[in-house]
Amino acid sequence: MKYYDKLIFELSKPGRIGFSLPRPADRQQLPFGNTATLGTLRGGTASEAQRWGPKDVSEGQAAAGSKVCSKVWREAPLDLPEVSEVDVVRHYTNLSQMNFGVDTGFYPLGSCTMKYNPKINEEIAGIPGFAGLHPLQPNETVKGAFEVLVGMDKALAAITGMKHFTFLPCAGAHGELTGLMLMREYHMSRGDTARTKVIVPDSAHGTNPASAAVCGLDIVVVKSKEDGLVDVEALKGLLGPDIAGIMLTNPNTLGLFERDIKQIAELVHGCGGLLYYDGANMNPLLGMVRPGDMGFDIMHLNLHKTFSTPHGGGGPGAGPVGVSDKVLPFLHIPRVSGFHGNFGIILRAYAYILMLGREHIKLAGKFATLSANYIKESLKDCYKLPIPSVCKHEFVFDGLLDDNGVTTLDVAKRLLDYGFHAPTIYFPLLFHQAIMIEPTETESLETLDAFIAVMRKIAEEAKTDPELLHGAPHNTPIGRPDETTAARQPVLKYE
Amino acid sequence: MLERIGVGSMDDLYADVPADFIYKGEYDLPSAMSEQQVRDFFESLASKNTRLKVFVGQGAYDHYVPSVIPYITSRSEFLTAYTPYQCEISQGTLRYIFEWQSMICRLTGLDCANASMYDGPTAAAEAMRMCVASAKRRNSVLVSARLLPNVIETIQTYAKYAGINVVVSDTVFEDAAEGVLDLAGVIVPSINRFGVIENHLGLADLVHEMGALLVEYCDPSALAVVKSPAEWGADIAVGDGQSLGIPLCFGGPYVGFMACTAALMRKLPGRIVGETTDASGKRCYVLTLQAREQHIRREKATSNICSNESLMALWCTVYLSLMGPEGMRRVNALCYEGAHYLHDALLATGKFQRVFDADFLKEFCLKPLCPVHKLQKALLDAGFFAALQTEEGYVTFCVTEKHTREEMDRIVEIVKSI
Repeated sequence: MKYYDKLIFELSKPGRIGFSLPRPADRQQLPFGNTATLGTLRGGTASEAQRWGPKDVSEGQAAAGSKVCSKVWREAPLDLPEVSEVDVVRHYTNLSQMNFGVDTGFYPLGSCTMKYNPKINEEIAGIPGFAGLHPLQPNETVKGAFEVLVGMDKALAAITGMKHFTFLPCAGAHGELTGLMLMREYHMSRGDTARTKVIVPDSAHGTNPASAAVCGLDIVVVKSKEDGLVDVEALKGLLGPDIAGIMLTNPNTLGLFERDIKQIAELVHGCGGLLYYDGANMNPLLGMVRPGDMGFDIMHLNLHKTFSTPHGGGGPGAGPVGVSDKVLPFLHIPRVSGFHGNFGIILRAYAYILMLGREHIKLAGKFATLSANYIKESLKDCYKLPIPSVCKHEFVFDGLLDDNGVTTLDVAKRLLDYGFHAPTIYFPLLFHQAIMIEPTETESLETLDAFIAVMRKIAEEAKTDPELLHGAPHNTPIGRPDETTAARQPVLKYE
Repeated sequence: MLERIGVGSMDDLYADVPADFIYKGEYDLPSAMSEQQVRDFFESLASKNTRLKVFVGQGAYDHYVPSVIPYITSRSEFLTAYTPYQCEISQGTLRYIFEWQSMICRLTGLDCANASMYDGPTAAAEAMRMCVASAKRRNSVLVSARLLPNVIETIQTYAKYAGINVVVSDTVFEDAAEGVLDLAGVIVPSINRFGVIENHLGLADLVHEMGALLVEYCDPSALAVVKSPAEWGADIAVGDGQSLGIPLCFGGPYVGFMACTAALMRKLPGRIVGETTDASGKRCYVLTLQAREQHIRREKATSNICSNESLMALWCTVYLSLMGPEGMRRVNALCYEGAHYLHDALLATGKFQRVFDADFLKEFCLKPLCPVHKLQKALLDAGFFAALQTEEGYVTFCVTEKHTREEMDRIVEIVKSI
């Protein structure tokens, strides 16, 4: 990767343009933006000045009696970059070359499920018969789009054991929020208004407590035991008539299957609460275990994790929410986004499911689990493995066994030098030096072995040359940034 | 691999899962399709949709998409990256987010912007939450009834569970002055759902006197020519980036934007990118002010937002780069001319009455004097999606730079024949 130090604003030259648009007819009629330069600009198609016919415009305006008043029009100048098309293309191509994606290399980012994103899915989403649909078109003109939603609903129901899904949520956390709204609707419909608390394990994703807070719920934390699983005895003490439900990730963020789930479900249901399934960790259960069968009432899926749609540098994703019979009557209530959710993402995920089909779906989760356990067992003599049991899609090391002052951050940064993305680090919060590794099912044995070899090499370097690691990365476009200054004296825009 | 793990079979990896939870049935899914079959399947579904000439806006605008954009956004280095946690190998993502934030600041005139929100309506709902979080012991937000219905509904949804009191009002000026006791914020559309460019002169002063914040809901494309939120004195600006060249795509993915004054910077939800340097002094970009966020603050975070709509923010950033100030003015000029041409021609048919005598840009509404269903059906039969009915019984039209005079003349002919 090559360092490229430009912002698009710095390429700007007055009068340069990157667009190709017809010319407006008669600038004199416009109440805004009269600029002297317009007539001299290149880039407009052959004179379109007569397109509307100035006569019509003036007559029309007279007929309409429209009063052109300046009160509502912008007076402040609009300082956008003035660049040519090739400037734009080169600039963003150069920027892209400072980026690492799944297509660049192995991306073992824990809890993020960075599996390969099949290219056919992108083409499907670009089919003009979908991409050109206005969201408010009459139903009879969007039958194919509705068939996509109905088919996807059916497929997700089959995969998860839930009854039906809503596709409005645009991301995982958005799905959590929607699911908690449904939890509240369920209790409110029964007049059970005292249920204002939701139980969240201490190992939960940060979005769980944050979503609960946005939904107006109070959070009660249930501790994990030494073996990393929810402490059922502690849970019993928290249950009561004020509990709306529990949010669980299963397997949890340590990659461990909550084996007491049956008892947890009985306890929570017994106290009148509901079970919410955080689908961020659904991948190892894909084709193996259905959340609906475990007793979950509400769940979300991250289509951008389990169902292979690209993460786009932080979205767009999609977080459809599924419910059991019990919660179904409320599914239509929360209006959490503008139209039909991220339809383009749903298309991609549907294509993925159809290519897996009923034959191959049973392999996806299994291979993800196989990869994770293989890495775990191959590195546990160099990295501290706090919980040795069989994991699912991911697992957590707690730093190096023989750290010699080398931190998890150092290890992560050194991995970048070797052409791998770093794992998730310092999460979950249960361990001080957490390294959370999730390889997914789409990596070959050779890739896993190459990663293992590099992780072992880094462990060696930690013993022999810790300074090398403290200073890593060395081969990336930039070195470690000064994050303190960034936060203390924020520069958030180009000036 | 199994040997190294020390298990006998793949199924042993699931030995900790209670046996009755292992799904033993056949999944009720279609048989696996080949690439060709998937392509055919979706092509056949797409053919069941009707491609129409879209003369409706209402939050989703059929602007021209410059051909450069999808080429850039489909570069896999952008497309297949995660949130830029490892900044040393994510400078591409971080830089375009910084550019996006800068452009949103320039369009809105405000001081800082975040990396993106899900869409316009959710950005408005988050703005409502910001108003209440910024106010002391004030819990009511006044929401203009002239916002798009899906914006109002999304705000109401978020408010319902958070226990925020939302007052939807058609008389915002009056109610801001006296109608609401514990006012924390006022949300108004820059251009309302009837297409009218609203005059908010004096509103910010009024709202600030009441100790509340003013939120402007804007169409970012139109901000090139209509008064910016900063010019109206707003504290927060939100809206949907879709009008910046994002395809309609049946409603998503789009991208919400949010900008605010410097005073509110640390109340912003979501990701924010900031500029700094590395150890050797090279300029670089990082996710910053993370002490607001869910992965640090958990339930005390300003919002639960994590994944946002990063790639769509890139989409809009490339669009604005290509357009520049002159392109943005030209798009709006074409919209304005087209919309006024159609508006006047429709009125001249005698089949409509004017509803508002006010400035409009690309969207307008009229009161039909003919049966609306007949009108819509005739337009639909000719391949036009136009004359969408509002709850008041008006019909709305929207004209963009994509539309030709011939298409509009055809619409007028159809109207005359009703």
